[in-house]
Amino acid sequence: MSLVEVSDLSVSFGEVRAVDGLSFSLEAGGALGVVGESGSGKSASAYALLGLHRGTGAKVSGSVRVAGVDVTAADDAELRALRGAKAAMVFQDPLSSLDPYYAVGDQIAEVYRVHHRASRRAARARAVEVLDRVGIPDAVRRSRSRPHEFSGGMRQRALIAMALACEPQLLIADEPTTALDVTVQAQILDLLHDLRRETGMGLLLVTHDVGVAAESVDEVLVMQSGRAVERGPVGEVLVAPREPYTRALLAAVPRVTEPRISSGAKPADDGDDGEVLVEAVDVRQVFGRGRTALAAVDGVSLSVRRGETLGVVGESGSGKTTLGRMLVGLLEPTSGRLTRDARVQMVFQDPVSSLNPRRSIGESVADPLRASGERDETAIRARVRDLLTRVGLAPESYDRYPHEFSGGQRQRVGIARALAAEPELIVCDEAVSALDVTTQAQVTALLAELQQELGLALVFIAHDLAVVRQVSDRVAVMRRGRIVEEGSVDQVYGNPRDPYTKQLLAAVPALDPALAVVRRAARKELAAA
Amino acid sequence: MKWFLLRRLGGAVFVLLALSVIVYAAFYVAPGNVAQIACGPRCSPAQVAQVSEQLHLGDPLYVQYGHFLQGLFVGRDYSTGTGVLHCQAPCLGLSYQSDQQVTELILAKLPATASLAVGAFVLWMLLGVGTGLLSVWRRGRLTERVLTWITLAGMATPVFVIGLLLIIILVTALQILPFPDYVPLTEDPEQWAWNLLLPWISLALVSAAPYARMTRASMLETLAEDHVRTFRAYGVGERALVGRHALRGALAPVIALGALDIGSMFGGAVLTESLFGIPGVGRELVDAVKHVDLPVVVGLVLVTGFFVVLANAVADILQAMADRRVVLA
Repeated sequence: MSLVEVSDLSVSFGEVRAVDGLSFSLEAGGALGVVGESGSGKSASAYALLGLHRGTGAKVSGSVRVAGVDVTAADDAELRALRGAKAAMVFQDPLSSLDPYYAVGDQIAEVYRVHHRASRRAARARAVEVLDRVGIPDAVRRSRSRPHEFSGGMRQRALIAMALACEPQLLIADEPTTALDVTVQAQILDLLHDLRRETGMGLLLVTHDVGVAAESVDEVLVMQSGRAVERGPVGEVLVAPREPYTRALLAAVPRVTEPRISSGAKPADDGDDGEVLVEAVDVRQVFGRGRTALAAVDGVSLSVRRGETLGVVGESGSGKTTLGRMLVGLLEPTSGRLTRDARVQMVFQDPVSSLNPRRSIGESVADPLRASGERDETAIRARVRDLLTRVGLAPESYDRYPHEFSGGQRQRVGIARALAAEPELIVCDEAVSALDVTTQAQVTALLAELQQELGLALVFIAHDLAVVRQVSDRVAVMRRGRIVEEGSVDQVYGNPRDPYTKQLLAAVPALDPALAVVRRAARKELAAA
Repeated sequence: MKWFLLRRLGGAVFVLLALSVIVYAAFYVAPGNVAQIACGPRCSPAQVAQVSEQLHLGDPLYVQYGHFLQGLFVGRDYSTGTGVLHCQAPCLGLSYQSDQQVTELILAKLPATASLAVGAFVLWMLLGVGTGLLSVWRRGRLTERVLTWITLAGMATPVFVIGLLLIIILVTALQILPFPDYVPLTEDPEQWAWNLLLPWISLALVSAAPYARMTRASMLETLAEDHVRTFRAYGVGERALVGRHALRGALAPVIALGALDIGSMFGGAVLTESLFGIPGVGRELVDAVKHVDLPVVVGLVLVTGFFVVLANAVADILQAMADRRVVLA
């Protein structure tokens, strides 16, 4: 009997059918990746495996068997006996997924005691044991820490430790690395890999990131709109996909290993030609004062020239957003010199919260025009309709509201708003991070097109190394408020000099499962060195 | 912690001084001849002038306020016609009406009010939080809907209606409880509690409703949080989820509200005190306002303000003890 047997599973939330007739199975000890874009029903399917839709108002039909338990028919007690003991789940956001009020070790001990007759002391010892196993240093002492005293990676390790506590046969991981930096992601994926080999437990990995799946599983299931599109061994599906949707999905994924598709705008050299639009010399930005002072940007010098794209990559807390805000003028540098000889605009990360939900998108796009003193309503309207067309939206969208648009369309609105002031430089702060890969590819293509047509300069800030490689002429790698390496895109990616850049590049998941094995070994070597 | 307390203390002094300035200013612009009222209706104009002189009512506002501050921090002397009365710091002045020291007057009334407030507070917190939890526990069922209606009715009913109903039922008809006759705690604890039971229940019934609603809303929010989902996904039972993982977070806003309410209740529960004839500061306040008895009003406002600030600080400390992420600053 298989470890997981799902047949004809459907999950609906009201009118929305999130999962629609899904069937699959997973053998004991196997690893299956469920891959899909947002709204494809992958998380809803994973939740159904533990019966977590119960009591939420979602309608579940079909049959789900996990480790011999008929989840859809089980009573509450049987379900509780399954959860955590036979099948355990690891969630996306490790901070909010742990109870802020209790020590990490106590939380794991509590779970252990739910399923085992054990004294408090024995359960606590078990918690320390699993924390130690997942690589928490000084586990005895750290088990007494609250979650907020842990870093993001350690929190996710703690959650994995909780999952291991009762030695489950199945580990369900729902986007376990999405909230983490790329180097930490690599560590967590390597940990999951080792644990699986060691304990022989099955793994069901839900992810939007094809690279993450390639690194971690034997088989993949590609989902789209609640249905399974394609299923097969990871080497076949990711290397030679049969279905058109899988092919399109894979084609949209930016690859860190491939050089930039030349936009033809200008050669990607060190860019001595072209006038300098913005120049920063040794700028610093310090938040807070006294003992709590933190230099988010700590002595950065760079310049952006007309028509070029400067990529800025870095992990969370590296100061890349603060730098972007200074370039635009949203923040004044605490010290250093910043000269701006151009009109600069910004496109923000979250296309949902950066548009006012109570105003039509036409009004939002018109804001910069009004701010620059334009009073003629017909001229404003004509210009906005023009801008909307420019970014690929229907001009009739003027009177519609943000909630009527998809994420990608909203980001197009954000770009139209930035264009309204006729900028010479646009700073895109994680402008495509919240988007699915196919949408992401469309938006980056739009930016490249606009750049070529209007001669725009772009500063492209992102944590995703692959995306930055696809769009940039030059790249600056940031760490702890400083630029550790800067150069042409081919030089930085092809022949990195700084050890941190090397480490970052080694951490990016490879799309080819065969390559992933090689890279995993390389990471181990790099870590040992 | 030390800095937190110092900062709170500084803040409290500032708030209380600002309050006193506002009350002084308000009384200065309010209509009515204070000296005439203080002296009584049968006083001759000469007598009224004398009283006005004695109370320094002719002085400009800032001079009067200066006298008040002097009394508060260093003490102050009053001429009583025949001799000098020294009022020690902190001196809130003498009542225009009775020539009694305001501090003594308030201290005499405060125990009754405190008895009422603390007892009712304990009752309404238990009742409110309990009702809130029950409606979460039975969510989506008839019990929840009934409880929602009851709390809504509770919020809409004034205390004198509930109080009167309780008097009619418990005192007149069933004769279970005596009609309240305040007995100080120091005299006879049993009689104290027995006599206060009715006022406590009345006040608790009208005050509990917002707490029930808040507990319910806050609890539902916390139950939807990710970390509760985690423990549900690990087989932890509903009761432990609510008790161990949701309650602490959910009660934080409830405690903050409770601190505000109990603090302001020390300034007197006017309606309840009047209804049950409890000799507390609430009735004193009404009398003082009626007679434009400025020192008494200022004194009561300051005492109320003090307790609100105190209760808030206590709530913040409790919050920081419950949640290690909270840093007292």
